[in-house]
Amino acid sequence: MNAPAVEVSGLVIDVARPDGTRKAIVEDVSFAIPKGEVLALIGESGSGKTTIALSMMGYSRFGARISAECIRVGDMRIDGMAESELPTIRGRRISYIAQSAAAAFNPSRPIMAQVIEPLLVHRLADRRTAEAKAVEIFRSLALPSPETIGQRYPHQVSGGQLQRLMAAMALITDPELVILDEPTTALDVTTQVEVLRTFKSAIAASGATAIYVSHDLAVVAQVADRIVVLKNGRTSEEGTAEQILEAPSSDYTKSLLAAAHPAVRPSADASEDNVLTVSAIRAGYGRIVDGQPAIPVLSNVGFTLKRGATIGVIGESGSGKSTLARVIAGLLPAAGGEVQLDGDVLPADMADRSREQLRRIQMVFQNADTALNPAHTVGEILSRPLAFYHGLKGSAAAARVAELLDIIQLPRGLETRRSTELSGGQKQRVNLARALAAEPDVLLCDEVTSALDTVVGAAILDLIDELRRKLGIATVFISHDISTVKAFCDKMLVLYSGTAVELSRQSEFAGAIRHPYTRLLVDSVPDMDRGWLTHRAAVERAAMPGASLRNAAGEALCRFLPRCPAAIAGTCDAVPAPLRESEGQAILCHHTLADLSSAGSAEI
Amino acid sequence: MSTKLTTFLRGLPVSGRIGLALVVFWLVVALVGPWLAPYSVGAFVDQDVFSGISSQFWLGSDYLGRDVLSRVLWGSRYTVFLALGAAMIAVCIGTSFALLAAIRGGWTDEVISRAMDTFISIPSKIFALVLVAAFGSSLSLLLVIAAATYVPGNFRIARALAMNLVALDFVQVARARGEGSVHIALREVLPNMIHPLLADTGLRFVFVVLLLSGLSFLGLGVQPPHADLGSLVRENISGITEGALAIIVPALAIATLTVGANLLIDALKPGGKA
Repeated sequence: MNAPAVEVSGLVIDVARPDGTRKAIVEDVSFAIPKGEVLALIGESGSGKTTIALSMMGYSRFGARISAECIRVGDMRIDGMAESELPTIRGRRISYIAQSAAAAFNPSRPIMAQVIEPLLVHRLADRRTAEAKAVEIFRSLALPSPETIGQRYPHQVSGGQLQRLMAAMALITDPELVILDEPTTALDVTTQVEVLRTFKSAIAASGATAIYVSHDLAVVAQVADRIVVLKNGRTSEEGTAEQILEAPSSDYTKSLLAAAHPAVRPSADASEDNVLTVSAIRAGYGRIVDGQPAIPVLSNVGFTLKRGATIGVIGESGSGKSTLARVIAGLLPAAGGEVQLDGDVLPADMADRSREQLRRIQMVFQNADTALNPAHTVGEILSRPLAFYHGLKGSAAAARVAELLDIIQLPRGLETRRSTELSGGQKQRVNLARALAAEPDVLLCDEVTSALDTVVGAAILDLIDELRRKLGIATVFISHDISTVKAFCDKMLVLYSGTAVELSRQSEFAGAIRHPYTRLLVDSVPDMDRGWLTHRAAVERAAMPGASLRNAAGEALCRFLPRCPAAIAGTCDAVPAPLRESEGQAILCHHTLADLSSAGSAEI
Repeated sequence: MSTKLTTFLRGLPVSGRIGLALVVFWLVVALVGPWLAPYSVGAFVDQDVFSGISSQFWLGSDYLGRDVLSRVLWGSRYTVFLALGAAMIAVCIGTSFALLAAIRGGWTDEVISRAMDTFISIPSKIFALVLVAAFGSSLSLLLVIAAATYVPGNFRIARALAMNLVALDFVQVARARGEGSVHIALREVLPNMIHPLLADTGLRFVFVVLLLSGLSFLGLGVQPPHADLGSLVRENISGITEGALAIIVPALAIATLTVGANLLIDALKPGGKA
C-alpha cells in the first residue's frame, strides 16, 4: 500500500483572546486521504471546517495560529514550511475553490485572464499554452462555447457557470490537492446537480486528491469517499462514506442525518373559512403602463389559505417567490389582481391599508442579520410592535415581551442584549417573535431557515409549526428547499418564472402527478443514497426566459417550454398551456394529469 | 445618575478621558472666563509689546500691549460658543434634510440634493461679505453664516450614510409595520449613523474655527476690540518670529480644544456602548 497522498495529525488551531490567553478553535484533528480520493469535512457553521481546510495551505485567518504534528501533502510538509515558501505552493500544488464564485472573481477583468492567472503567476506556461489548456478544461467542465466563454466578464455568465469556471481556475495547474469550500451551497438545486456532476468527473479525471467542505450530508454523499464529521472544532466521527451514512455511531451524526430528513407533519385541522385569498396577481418593477409593469415578475398567481394552514411557495431564484410575499404585505403594490383578508379586499399599497390590516399580515424577513436594527436591544425590538399595534406600554409591555421570549424559547434576560450579541438561530427567533408580537392572522416567512444550519433551521421550523397549531396563524412559507416544504406545508405553490405551474395539497404533492418542472425540482434534491448522482440522467438546462414566450397570435406560451423534457412539438410551442384541475391539485400543462403521473413519465 | 457617569467614564479609553478633560476645561473657561479676566479686554495695559511672562501679565502682552490672558479668556468664549454652536446647528440641519431626502426618496431627494449642490457652489467668504454688508456684523449673523456654510457638506455625508441604512431590511420591517417617516428617521436610521455624524461634527467644528478667523481677518468677524481665538492668532502674526506668547497661547488653545473634541468623539464607540 502506498502512503496516503494527504496526511494530517494532531492539528490544533488557536486564536488569541482579548485577555491574552489562547482559545483552541480546532483541537486534535487527524485524517489521511489516499491518492485520488475525496474527503468531506462536514459540520455546522463554527465547527472549524473551513479553518481546517485552509490550514492545508498553511493559511490561517488573522490572529489564528496553526500547530500540528504533521500536515503533509504529497512530499511537502506544510507545517514545516516557512511563510515565504508557502506562496510557491498555493494555487499550484494545492488549490482552493471558494463558496461564492461571484465574490472570488474580479468583475472588471475577463474570465480567461483570471483562470490562467495561476499558471502565469507560477511561470508554468506562456499565455498561449495556458489559454489552450483553459479551453480544454472548460470543455471537460461542460461549459457552453468553451472557445469564447473566456472572453466574457464574470457578470455575463450564470452562477452555476461561474462556479465551474472557478473550478477551472483551481484545476488548471494540475494540483495534487483541491480544496472545495461549500462550492454548491449558493446555487439552486437544479444547478447544483449539474455543478456537482461536473466537479466529480473533473476531479476524477485530473487524479487530484480533494477535500470537500460542506454542511449538507446529501451533497457530500454524492462526492465523498471518506467523511470527517466535525463539531466545535473536534472530530465527532470519521470513516468511509458508506459507514457514516448507513451506520453512524455518534449521536451528533445521527442528529445531522435526522435533520436532513425532516419528518412529515400532518396537515393541521384547518378551519373551513379562507383567511387569505390571493387572486390573479400581476406585479413587477418599474412604471406601470396599462396595468402591466415595465419589468413584469408575477403573472396571474393566486391561492387561498385557511386559518392555521401553511402554504409552501417554491421555485428557483428569480421565480418571483419573494415578490409574491412583498405583494401580499403591500410593500410592492400589485399591478393587477387582489388580496383578500377574511373576505375584505385589501388596498394594493400598504400606505392605504389601515393599521389593523397591517397588523394582521406580518412578514418575517429572510436575513435576521439585517432585519434587526443593531442599535436596538431585543426588548426594544419586541416592544415596538406592542406599542404600535396594541398600545401596550410600561410593565404590561415588559410582561408581554417576557411571554414572547418564552414562546420562542429564549431565556428571559435576553431582552437587554443587542442583536449583534446573539447567535444566528437566536436572531431568527427574535425576528419571528417581532412578527408574533403583532398577533397576526397571516405570517409571511421568506426563506427564514436558508441562512441557518440544518439542525438550527429544523428547530425554527418546529417552532413555526407549533405556533400555527397553537395560535391558528396561517403561514405563507417561501423556500427553495423542496424537502422542507414537502414535509411542512399543507399546500404547495410551485412558481416558475413568475407563473404558478402547480398548486397541490400535501397529499397530492406526495403522490405521483407532477408538473414537469416540479418533477425536475424534486429529482434535483440529492438523496442520501451514494449512487444517486450517477443514476440521475443529465438534464440539459437552458436559461430562464426573461420575457414571456408568445405564439403568432400573441398569446403567452408555457414559460417552462425551453427547459421542458416533456414538451410536445406543435402543441406546447403553439397554444397556451391549459390549467388541468382535479380535487386538490391544479397543474398548468398540455399533458393530462394521467400523463403526468410517474407511471406515465416513462414515455415523457 | 452618578453611577451612570462613573460607568461611562470607566468605559472610556485613556484618549477619551483626556479628550473629555480638555473639552470640559474649555467649556468652563468659556463660561466663567470673562469674570476671571484680570483686565478689560480692550485695555492697553502694558508699555511694552509682546512682553513675556511677568507677575503682572501672566501670559504676557500682545502687539498693542494688551493682556493676553484676558484676551484668551474672552476669545475662548466666542470660539467655543460660536464654533460649537455653528457646528451643531449645521449638523442638525444637514442631517434632518439628509434623513428626509433618504427616506422620502424620489422627487424630494432630487430637489433637496440639487438645492444643496447650488448652495455648495457659493464661496463662503463672498456669502459672508454680502450678508455682513446687508445686515451689519453681529454674533448671531456670524453663527448663521458659519452654520449655513457647513450644512451642504454635512448633508452629503449624512445622506450617503442614511441611504445605505434605508436599504436595509430593518427599515423595510418598520415600513411594513406601517411606521411613519418620523419614527423611521429618528428611531431606526439615526441611531445607526450617530457615530460618524459625531465625528463629522468634530471636523466641522475645526472648520468653523478657521472660517471665523478668516472672517475676522477680513474685518467681517468678531468686531474689535473683541476677538475669537482664531483672530488672536491672526492679529499677533507679526510676533511669530520672536516666539511671542501672544501667538502661542491662542494657537495652543485652538489645538487643545479641537484635539480634545476629536479625541472624545472618537472614543465614543458605535452602538452607544461608550
